[in-house]
This record gives sequence, structure tokens and C-alpha cells, in this order.
Amino acid sequence: MNPSPPVIDVTGLTKVFGHKTVVDHLDMQVGRGEIYGFLGPNGSGKTTFIRMLCGLLRPDDGQGTCLGFDVRTQAELIKPHVGYMSQKFSLYDDMTVRENLDFISRMYGVANRSAAIDRTIGRMNLGRFRDQLAGTLSGGWKQRLALSACMIHEPQLLLLDEPTAGVDPMARRDFWDEVHKLAGEGITALISTHYMDEAERCHRLAYIAYGHLLATGTVAQVVAAEGLVTYEIAGPQLYGLIDRLRGLPGVEQVVAFGITLHVSGREADVLAHSLAPYAAPPLTLRQIPSNLEEVFISLMRKAVT
Amino acid sequence: MARIVTFSLIRFAAMVSKEFTQMRRDRVTFGMMVGIPLLQLILFGYAINSDPKNLPTAILDNDRSVFSRDMAMAMQNSSYFKFTQAIGTEAEADELLRLGRIQFVVTFPVNFGRDLARGDRPVVLLEADATDPSATSNAVSAIRQAATDAFTRDLTGPLIALRPANGPVELRLHARYNPEAVTQYNIVPGLMGVVLTMTLVIITSLAITRERERGTMENLLITPVRPVEVLLGKMLPYIVVGYIQMGLIIIAAMTLFKVPVIGSLPLLFLVSFPFIAANLGVGITFSTIAQNQLQAVQMSFFFFLPSILLSGFMFPFQGMPEWAQWIGSVLPLTHYLRVVRGIVLKGNTFVDIAPHMWPIGLFLFASLGLGIKRYRQTLD
Repeated sequence: MNPSPPVIDVTGLTKVFGHKTVVDHLDMQVGRGEIYGFLGPNGSGKTTFIRMLCGLLRPDDGQGTCLGFDVRTQAELIKPHVGYMSQKFSLYDDMTVRENLDFISRMYGVANRSAAIDRTIGRMNLGRFRDQLAGTLSGGWKQRLALSACMIHEPQLLLLDEPTAGVDPMARRDFWDEVHKLAGEGITALISTHYMDEAERCHRLAYIAYGHLLATGTVAQVVAAEGLVTYEIAGPQLYGLIDRLRGLPGVEQVVAFGITLHVSGREADVLAHSLAPYAAPPLTLRQIPSNLEEVFISLMRKAVT
Repeated sequence: MARIVTFSLIRFAAMVSKEFTQMRRDRVTFGMMVGIPLLQLILFGYAINSDPKNLPTAILDNDRSVFSRDMAMAMQNSSYFKFTQAIGTEAEADELLRLGRIQFVVTFPVNFGRDLARGDRPVVLLEADATDPSATSNAVSAIRQAATDAFTRDLTGPLIALRPANGPVELRLHARYNPEAVTQYNIVPGLMGVVLTMTLVIITSLAITRERERGTMENLLITPVRPVEVLLGKMLPYIVVGYIQMGLIIIAAMTLFKVPVIGSLPLLFLVSFPFIAANLGVGITFSTIAQNQLQAVQMSFFFFLPSILLSGFMFPFQGMPEWAQWIGSVLPLTHYLRVVRGIVLKGNTFVDIAPHMWPIGLFLFASLGLGIKRYRQTLD
């Protein structure tokens, strides 16, 4: 799909804090214009990995390039071309929207600063907050401002660390529309998230847990690779069933999904046999496609055991 | 509506144990809690002496007789005076006092011994650097005693009649630079150094810590900005603040306290630059060490306490034991106080104060160098 060299191309990237290996020999290749979703439980090393890519942390092992520059030795050359959005709002609360953008664009030496700021403010609809202190913005608008700040210098790569945490669905949708627009312009984005709907909007995914890469590929590839079979049970008095189902052979997950239960397992035959008794009325049983969340939880359980 | 006002011992105990847990985690705060009282105890208990002894004294002996030597010996025995040099001329005495090398000059006139033997009550002149009145007052009363004691032994037998009721010698005291011994003349110029030290160290120590605590450091580090740009960019505004503070204190000193400004104010402003920068360097270094703003403030106090107590601001420098003087000599405030008092009260010129400038400069480079070295360009 893209013949140009990958924007991110790292192998064996490792970070150790004290005695804890937070990122353990991780490989990743991301092509130009790709939206790459980065998923995994809390503390799985996503933030650490992203920080290593842009020079905020020094890798303890491994090598590779980001935008063609060595991640170990050329952090200073990578920085000007990367837009990084940290998990926590990290602009100045006590400065206005405009002052923040002005400061950031000065830091990057943006040409025609005033025009660039106006353009960004216009594009992100921040006009009416222009002179408002950043600290007084609501979560969604703070996140828009942070995104504005990380693209004002027209970076080639966006590293977004849980950019939509705590933001309402409407603002999240706007945000993703913006990311897709940028990808259309050839900008690459690596985005970490906990939201499954967001994962599904990515071109490709990587799932990491406890520092290890567990799965990569498109949503369909990741789901297929796990080989998880899922049944839906509907009927009355389902809560009483949950514990009973969990003890059955072949059953790996039982999740209440509204008024139904989703029961998943990787051993299709064993699972089918175990669930057979629950097909009788008043219950109904049917096989459904496994969703991403079930796949991820399955991946995570495997990583623990 | 029923309000629950009962006191729960369980909740209370949980609260207490939580506080202790957090206290234990916050190593710096814990260290300060132990360190500050110990430091105060040591400084107040051992280092500070409001009755300073062994004050450096120069002797100008125009008589060189057994009597002048006896009196000098008696002065030394009083333990208030320590003769550090013998000089030959009045000009040398002036020079040493002006530079603050010595606290006193004692002058014996020609024919001191002869006049004494004749019962003519010769005049002994004691010139004191009175910029800090508390350093001299006890020594002055000691010399009176010394004069009496010295000659009770000599004036015996046939000379016993020479012991006049009002003492064998006439003591004349010249309190130089601050003849009325107005404490404010000493305190107010010194206060300038103290205020600069306190405010500048605290403000800059918060500068980087605040960025880290609020999470804005991450955003700053991701930009191509260089450490020196960050550090100097944070220092420059406070240099301006420092000069504004200086201006205010000088105006107050001249108008409210009527402190006579003898030396050159432009010189004072010029030579204050390294001092201001040195304090900012300390603050910057603290801010690279402190985990949060509270720790930064605590560290600032840790620096401020010896600065105020061992610099000669509150208590006479010469009166402190040698180890305390040694610590004091490292601190920029100690040298800056001599510079300020020298310029304001004694009319010192640049050449006079130059010996106090290089320790400040050295401190500046050390603190700033440490700050830059410790400043991390990564979040590691």
C-alpha cells in the first residue's frame, strides 16, 4: 500500500525502570499515512513505548528509526517533526489558548506564526476560546487545544497517548474525523486508547500487555488470529447463570452484555458441548462473532498465565 | 436531619497511619523535619555568638615599651582581641579597617610608657569598625578592664601612687563608619542581601518543579528547546525581579531609615549581578532535585537558614567558631554583605570589594553548572 520506508521502524525496544521491565523487546513498523492503534491494559508500557519513540525516554535496549532518524542517538532530529500529545493535559493552565499556541509555535520556530495560529484556531473551531485561560476549558476543548498544539508545526508523525480519555462521544468523533483528515494528508498517527470503537477506526492495531506485543494487524486479522468462539445466551434470570457458566470446561469468559450473556472460549468443540444444556427454553443460545474486547481480554489473560 | 458527630477511633487511626505512610514516602520532607531542627540547634547553639571574641585587631605601637606590650598582652588575655598584625602607619590602619580585614586598630602613642610612669594618663586610641555595633560593644568594655589590669602589676612599690582613681591610661574610642552605633545602618543594607537570597532562591526553585508537577514539563521536553534555553529563560525574568527588589530596599534604606549611602550606587547595582545570578543558580539546582513544589520550598529554607545565621547578617561573623566561619565563607550572602556594607557604609571602591567578588562568582558557576548538569532532557 505504501512503498515509502516506514515512519516508525523499531526492533527490540526495551525499557527497564529499576527491576521492572516495562517494555520488553518490542518491534513495530508503521507506514506513512497510517493510523496505528495502540492498545493494552493500564501499565502495559504504551506510554513508555511512545515516549521512547520521540526521545522523552532513552531506550535501554533495541534499535530503530523514527522518521528515518535513530531513536537512540538522534532524538533532537526527531523532535521537530513529531507532534506528541501526552495522556495528561500538559499545556499551561494559566495561559490563554492563543498564548499557549504562540508559545508552542515559537518553540518549534514556526514560520508566519500569527497566520499559523489563526489557521489552527480556525481549523479546530477554537475561535471563541481564543482568549480564555486553558485551565478553564472543558475536557473536550482542552483535548482539542492539545491536538492543535501538537500539529501547529505541521509534524509528519503524531504520537497521541490516550488523547480521548474522559472525552464525550461527540468530541471523540470530531477528534477522530480530524485524525483521519490528517492521515489523508499523509500524516502518520500512533494512537493509544482503551476504547474499542476507537480501535476499530484504526488502520492497524497493536496490542501489548506487560511489555510484550501480543497481536498486530487489522481489526479482522487480530480477531481471526485469536480464534475465539463466542455464544450469546438470552433469557430470564441470567445473573444466576454467570458463576455456573464460568466453571464449565472450555468457558474462558462470561460477560453480561445488557440483557444477554456473552460466553467465549478458544476450544470451539468443548465450549459447544458445555453450553449445549443452556439452549433449552426459556434460554436461547446462538453463536455470534467475537468482538474486539473479548479478543483483547482473552489476549490479556493469556499474557498473565 | 441526623448528623453523625461521633468520633471514630478507627477512622482517626486510619488517618494517622496514612499520614505516617505518606511522610515516610516523602523522603525529602522527612529529611527536612529532622534536618531543620538539628541545623537550627547546631547553628544557634554552637555557631552563633552574640559576645564575639578573638576579634582580629591590628596594633600600631609607636612606643614599643614594656608598658605598651603589657597592655597589649592584657588585651589579648581578655580574649576579645586577637592581634593579627602589627602596622606602622595610620594609613595602613585605615586601609585594613576599610577593607574589613580587621575589627579594631589599637594605637599606642609615642612616649606611652614615659607618660604612664609620670602619671600623665597617656591616650590609647581604639578604632573600631562599628558597621556591626554588636561586634564591638563587649570588646570595648574589655579594653577598659585590660588597661587597669595591665598596670596594677607594674605600678607597685614606689609607683603605686600612679594608680589614679580613673585608670592609668585614657581610652579614646573611635567608632568608625557608624559612629552612633545605629543598628539599622548595619541591618538595612544587609537586609538587601537577605531578601534577595530568600525570594530568589524560592522563586526559581519552584520554576522547574512547577513544570514537572503540573505535567507541562513533558510538553516542554518534546519541543526542540535546549536545556540552557530553558534555564536561562527562567532566570532572566527573576534577575529583573531581583533588581526591582534592590531598588525598593535602597529607597527604603535612604528614606525610612536614613542610612547614609557613602559609596557608588551604580557600582552596587553592577556588582549585585553575580550575587543575584548565584542565588538563581541555587534555586535552579534545587528545582532539578525536588520532586514537587513543597520540597523545593523546603530546600530553599535549608539553604536560607545557614545563609541568614552564618553570613554575619544577624550575628558578628568574627564571633563564630572557625568551622562556622568556614561554612559561612562558602555562602554568597556572606561575601555580598561585606560588599554591600563596604559600598554603602564605607564608600568602598571596586578594587576594595574585588576580594569578595570571586567567591560569589565561583559559587555562581558551581551552582549554575550543577543545575545545568542535573537538568534532564528526558523523563528518565
